[in-house]
Amino acid sequence: MKLVFEKSMPGHASVILPPLDVEKKALPENLSRGRLPRLPELSETEVSRHYTELVHEVYGVNSGFYPLGSCTMKYNPRIDEEIAALPSFTGIHPLAPQEATEGCRKVLEEAADLLEEISGMDAMTFQPAAGAHGEFTGVLLIKQYHDARGDEKRRKIIVPDSAHGTNPATAAMCGYEVVNIASAPDGCVDLDALKAALGEDTAGLMLTNPNTVGLFDPNILEITRLVHEAGGLCYYDGANLNAIMGHVRPGDMGFDCVHMNLHKTFATPHGGGGPGAGAVGCKAFLAPYLPKSALMDGGEGIQVRGFAGNFLVVLKALTYILTLGKEGIPQASETAVLNANYLMKGVKEVFTPAFDRICMHEFVLDLSDYKKATGVSALDVAKRLIDYGIHPPTMYFPLIVHEALMLEPTETESRETLDQVAEIFRKVKEDGIREPELLHTAPHNATIGRPDEVAAARNPILKAEL
Amino acid sequence: MGHYLPSTEKERAEMLKAIGLNSVRELYRDVPDCVYREQPLNLPEGKSEMEISACLKQLGEMNKQYRLILCGAGAYDHYIPSIVKYIPAKEEFLTAYTPYQAEISQGILQSIFEYQTMICELTGMDVSNASVYDGATAAAEGCTMCRSKKRSVTLVSAAAHPDVIATIRTYCYGVNAEMKLVPAKDGATDLNALKEMLTQDVASVYFAQPNFFGLFEDAEGIIAAAHDAGAMVVMGCNPIALGLMKTPGELGADVAVGEGQPLGMPLSYGGPYLGFMATTKKNMRSLPGRIVGETKDAAGNRAFVLSLQAREQHIRREKASSNICSNEALCALTAGLYLTVMGPNGLQETAQQCLSKAHYLAEELEKTGGVKLPYTGEFFHEFVTVQPQRDEILKKLEEAGILGGLPLGEDRILWCVTEKASKKELDEVVRLVKEVLA
Amino acid sequence: MEHLDYQFSRSHEWLKEEDGLMIVGISDFAQNALGDVVFVNLPDVGDEVTAGEAFGDVESVKAVSDLISPVTGVVAEVNEELLDSPELLNSDPYGSWIIKVENVTDTEELLSAAAYEAFCETEE
Repeated sequence: MKLVFEKSMPGHASVILPPLDVEKKALPENLSRGRLPRLPELSETEVSRHYTELVHEVYGVNSGFYPLGSCTMKYNPRIDEEIAALPSFTGIHPLAPQEATEGCRKVLEEAADLLEEISGMDAMTFQPAAGAHGEFTGVLLIKQYHDARGDEKRRKIIVPDSAHGTNPATAAMCGYEVVNIASAPDGCVDLDALKAALGEDTAGLMLTNPNTVGLFDPNILEITRLVHEAGGLCYYDGANLNAIMGHVRPGDMGFDCVHMNLHKTFATPHGGGGPGAGAVGCKAFLAPYLPKSALMDGGEGIQVRGFAGNFLVVLKALTYILTLGKEGIPQASETAVLNANYLMKGVKEVFTPAFDRICMHEFVLDLSDYKKATGVSALDVAKRLIDYGIHPPTMYFPLIVHEALMLEPTETESRETLDQVAEIFRKVKEDGIREPELLHTAPHNATIGRPDEVAAARNPILKAEL
Repeated sequence: MGHYLPSTEKERAEMLKAIGLNSVRELYRDVPDCVYREQPLNLPEGKSEMEISACLKQLGEMNKQYRLILCGAGAYDHYIPSIVKYIPAKEEFLTAYTPYQAEISQGILQSIFEYQTMICELTGMDVSNASVYDGATAAAEGCTMCRSKKRSVTLVSAAAHPDVIATIRTYCYGVNAEMKLVPAKDGATDLNALKEMLTQDVASVYFAQPNFFGLFEDAEGIIAAAHDAGAMVVMGCNPIALGLMKTPGELGADVAVGEGQPLGMPLSYGGPYLGFMATTKKNMRSLPGRIVGETKDAAGNRAFVLSLQAREQHIRREKASSNICSNEALCALTAGLYLTVMGPNGLQETAQQCLSKAHYLAEELEKTGGVKLPYTGEFFHEFVTVQPQRDEILKKLEEAGILGGLPLGEDRILWCVTEKASKKELDEVVRLVKEVLA
Repeated sequence: MEHLDYQFSRSHEWLKEEDGLMIVGISDFAQNALGDVVFVNLPDVGDEVTAGEAFGDVESVKAVSDLISPVTGVVAEVNEELLDSPELLNSDPYGSWIIKVENVTDTEELLSAAAYEAFCETEE
């Protein structure tokens, strides 16, 4: 596909601005740039066609089945977009006087109330712009708490080895030493390993529950009790909240603070990699440490982003929560769990689950036996799924399972779709047995074949030659 | 109650049976009884789409929409071309995940590659990432990437945006690194004070161009002082001003960052916005976040991929310099689209109109005799005035449906004028101010 | 095994003395396990390295591995050719040194070429 720069024709343009109607002020030469930026020059028709060409090369949730484990690719309702596009929200300046922004503040207050109830927390901030940003904020709450008490010996954060990479990276950004603890054979926290890691240097534990293999840790109350007993705090990574909304709350499990990915659990779209929102909730004793905006709120305190966060994303999530309500929220979760188990039952006849038991909203397949027998890897299988028109599952995560494929169907898929997907997995498996090369070189029906990532990394080309 | 389930209660009951269970509680059998909720949460009852639509529109109507906005301070009211609103709303762009599966994500990857190229053109730098959360986090991440074992102190100009300063301070607090404020003098960074603060342990200096008060800093002076002391420079830039002003690349800054909201994103009460970040080839591998690179597939077709991934948290874990994964991809697409629609001349014209109209208003206000400009430096589209009747003026404008500038301490107002204001409207503002002064 | 004058660490670095400097690289086994090396993060000349601790890392497309120093000392030279051509670690691991160390005060317990070969078989 041609780059937009390659379609540029000198002089092609849209007429957007009226002529300048005041005296032209010249910027002094010592402040001026040497030449104009070489931006593309296109008429509006050409712009429209360029982006239409691009959009044809994108697979969205609207395109088909998107079982990307850990990412909760549920349907993103259009009404949420319509509300978030209202000029009565998009046109509001964050620094307008209080009386002029009552609607926006009410949106944030109401969303906070509802999410506090769902998570079992007492206070909430919407400043973090994504899940990892929420983790950063949450662990900074823990850090401030220990600092305020003068408890300086607490230098370590405990993270299970099944955790998302963001957890250890976050702990490091907060100045903590990371203690990785091995998971038990059932994929859950190894209580002995946890006990051995805990001590008076423990600042806290970061945990996802259900965990990254899709299992709810039955020892959760004991885990949080042990951490508290050692003087640490418990951080809940809400990446997998979609499994449990309305059925059990992080606050009741003993967690002190949480982040929720509004762009996963609360149906706001991922946008090809953001904007998201990583709302952070906490118990009352941590509330004084929540971030503020120096300009909007004044005062001291931490701040992780400008202004009040990704407001429109919060607005979409609020629209979603109010639509589902008290019955719909738990129903969404239990259907997500039901769909995952139903799909696992279908796929289990084809590939081996890493943990063959009732799962939560996602499950992990272990393809190492299949790879041994056929030479076909999890990557090959994932790429072959593209030929059958579905998005590949998450690959090679969590790290504790070899040749892992992680499937999260979400609640917004029908039984027919799940049956078809199980059938597609069967076909792909047979393809691999019959003709391994077909899978090594998959996909065959996409616009490009497998890109040369080694060349991309060795000789990085990160912008167009102009 | 609303829902988005493509299944009936009967179907779900059959599916439950098919997996050998009798009740929903059995799905949650690992959840201890004492915390499992038999009772529903205290949430309102669900609603139909029609009810929801009405109820949220009502919330929106509680906000006040101004016919003219003269407040900036980090959020800028520019004209957004119609097509810039429609293209990012296409469902595939909107709903796709991060493009890890390159074969079915070329559209998003290419849009980011084009965005990266445009950011490099705007800033004069070599390498741009795929975006970070906003201007404040871009500044904080920029300072983080300059830190080394030997140099850990970050100097930040007190003339920078307060939210940016607080965010950098927070990121420094995280890793127990020191941040010091370089005092401002006459509304801009005090160069002499800076020189004294540039000790051996300083990793970087952050300043904004134009700064919080709208003034152009002595960028050459700041950068030379920093480099002489062996420190790096993180330069915050307004992307519209870059249509006219000398680029961080031309000035020799090490990292260019900024708030990309002016590039086609509405005010939206503060977000989603867009943090842009670019650096030199030398510092490419210290750049956090996702970066798209061009390569080829086996058949030799042009292909785009997420590149240099070994810098990132999902591979480097606790050794990654940032934990960022989700960024603001759709906002980056929007910015690339905005810059494409405006083109080089359109962007320059927008910057020219901002500059000219802001100067028109400043001069006309000064002519009233009751309003003074405390700073004499060159400014872009924001400027500070001092007047004892600060609150009366803002109130008068408010009553006329105009959002005046941001009130600052000591009777000051920080005004912002963009291309959206017409001469007629600016004359009206001046007339209203005169009425207050009279 | 052709590199009899090299000694090896259990973390798969090789060590060789030349002109009074200790030269460090990675073994053929290591480059094979890493796959296509796409970048090498090198220390600066003058940095101190410690036996058993990381002094840099090598990146492949989807992984990063620490380089562990077999000796304690001061970095005298780094092989800057690897910055532009990291693939040399794949094509010629024994010809592509990574750092040269001077003022060596301590050395890890190392294996002879033969012992290392036997060790690698247990690592498979």
